[in-house]
Amino acid sequence: MRALITAAVSGAVFSLGLALGGMTDPTKVQGFLDLTGDWDPSLAFVMGGGLGSFALLQRLLTRRRDRPVFAPAFPACPSSRLDRRLLGGSAMFGVGWGLGGFCPGPALTSVASGGSTVLLFTLSMVGGMVLFRGLEALRARAVAQAAEGAEALPAAES
Amino acid sequence: MTSVLLPLLGGILIGVSSVMLLVFNGRIAGISGILGGLLRPSGETPWRLAFLGGLLGMGALLFALQPGLFGTGPTLGSGPVLTVAAGLLVGFGTRLGNGCTSGHGICGMGRGSKRSIVATMTFMATAVLTVFVLRTLTVGAA
Repeated sequence: MRALITAAVSGAVFSLGLALGGMTDPTKVQGFLDLTGDWDPSLAFVMGGGLGSFALLQRLLTRRRDRPVFAPAFPACPSSRLDRRLLGGSAMFGVGWGLGGFCPGPALTSVASGGSTVLLFTLSMVGGMVLFRGLEALRARAVAQAAEGAEALPAAES
Repeated sequence: MTSVLLPLLGGILIGVSSVMLLVFNGRIAGISGILGGLLRPSGETPWRLAFLGGLLGMGALLFALQPGLFGTGPTLGSGPVLTVAAGLLVGFGTRLGNGCTSGHGICGMGRGSKRSIVATMTFMATAVLTVFVLRTLTVGAA
């Protein structure tokens, strides 16, 4: 129960930071991404402030603990393997972010505003996630069938 | 001054929130991963719902108190077709690439992950390029 409270408080502080920082205004986001035009640098302070404070605090606060307060272990350090999925997925995400001016956190924070654009964006974003999950399931099935076929083949020959 | 201080304060709140989730719950505050993970119910579902509940609830409270924080101005090349395309690309792309601005840009880079540094450089580059193309097209059309 206490873990659910800390998760909820963390979510609330997260969206407070997004909104105060200006991330819930897609016009501002596009202005930040408009490097060659009328560039609005203010959102660089949101990303810089978030990255800097997280990097500093996580070092200070996790170094002396061998586990989180309500969980058995800290998440493992991610692998350093670069692959096409990471690059292709990130490239797609960037195109969508530039087109709509929303990334996932600010879109969800803005849902309660009831704006038709942000609601349509958020529904489509969930649709994109469902589509990805569906394609992954199809791919996993195809791989499993191919493995089954490879096993069955030598048996049929003998 | 407020054009620097408020964004900086917002960023620090995001950093503090992400550290809180890491230190108390041992989880990474990656919004696309938290939302996408809900599509496959598991033992992780309760904390994900709690986090998103807090996020959406604070969004609702802020909209009631300060609706001006939520932009309604026209974006470049707005329209329902582009909005749907943008949403699909963000949803699909963040799942394929395993993260978004928060998971890669704040938490991953903050932990020194090479994958997250490359991912963040990639989506920043394609986002800047997309806005450049949008601006060129919309100026051309006007």
